[in-house]
Amino acid sequence: MKMLAISGSLRQGSHNTDLLRGAAAAAPDGVDVELYHGLKDIPPYDADDDIPGNRPAAVDQFKAALREADAVLISTPEYNASIPGVLKNALDWASRPLAESPVRNKPVAVMSSSTGMFGGVWAAEETRKVLGALGARTLEDTVAVPKADERLANGVDAALLTELRSVIDALANAVEARAAVAA
Amino acid sequence: MSTTQQTSVTGIPTGTWNLDPVHSSLGFAIKHSGVMTFRGDFPEFDARLADGGLVGTARVASVRVDEPNLAGHLQTPDFFDAEQFPELRFVSNSIERDGERVSIAGDLTLRGVTHAVELSGTASGPVTDGYGTQRLGLDLETTINRHDYGISWNQPLPSGEPALADDVVITANIALVQA
Repeated sequence: MKMLAISGSLRQGSHNTDLLRGAAAAAPDGVDVELYHGLKDIPPYDADDDIPGNRPAAVDQFKAALREADAVLISTPEYNASIPGVLKNALDWASRPLAESPVRNKPVAVMSSSTGMFGGVWAAEETRKVLGALGARTLEDTVAVPKADERLANGVDAALLTELRSVIDALANAVEARAAVAA
Repeated sequence: MSTTQQTSVTGIPTGTWNLDPVHSSLGFAIKHSGVMTFRGDFPEFDARLADGGLVGTARVASVRVDEPNLAGHLQTPDFFDAEQFPELRFVSNSIERDGERVSIAGDLTLRGVTHAVELSGTASGPVTDGYGTQRLGLDLETTINRHDYGISWNQPLPSGEPALADDVVITANIALVQA
């Protein structure tokens, strides 16, 4: 089973990317959590470019990566009480056309972390709302890490790994439930 | 389609009656922004009156509204979740007719959740049409709370009020032909 991990932060030392690496480490055998590295290459959404033959290669690659994944795991920071523009922009590209969105019906979990007291929960909630509009099967299972600079200073600890594992398990269960319906 | 439930019937003809889809419709209506009534329908549905029971089904993915993006959104897990729950179903357990008035109690299953509902409205016929076929008409309506079926999507308006109401009116105009 393949899960695509998307960090809403581009920063080299991103806490959210660390969280996703922790999720990859926490994943059981048979679940491959693959970190997506191409978010920075995706240009601002422009409907004039969103046509076959004109679509940026980075967008095609992003949509292909989503399509090939059985599930998606996002971890996002919170910018000004909402979704980072780079993440929202990528999801906007992935939303068109709606009936063919590569995340349609796909299980997605959204986690968050921030250096503030609330762990980016509003950004995560708004990301779930956007994913719902894309037709994703958005799970409520989550991990939110407040004061991430302190909590993750020495890496992802055992307690956090357990929380991350429970999100991975929930995603895996949703993938299997979807496969059972299709069978 | 059949039901194992015991059905009581008063004033409804016996035998088997199948749907005439051309002269039938299955729709829904919900208040939007507190003042507007938004309507949609399920063009792919079936109904059958047999052994004193009415069974109706609809293919959720056929949901039709006059806005393609919304039609797509309605099929997703935010609303009907057509992939996971491809069918909505009604199975009657009692049918009472008094003149033109008809009341049909039964179970409605939507998004995998079943609740008892009562459809009320009018029954017309049977009559013999121009081709010698017996026809029966049922015009039925019920109101459900969508949250009871796990359909809870909403969006706050600038005023803070929710965009979508909780109650949904389901309307079935069913033309039946004797088998």
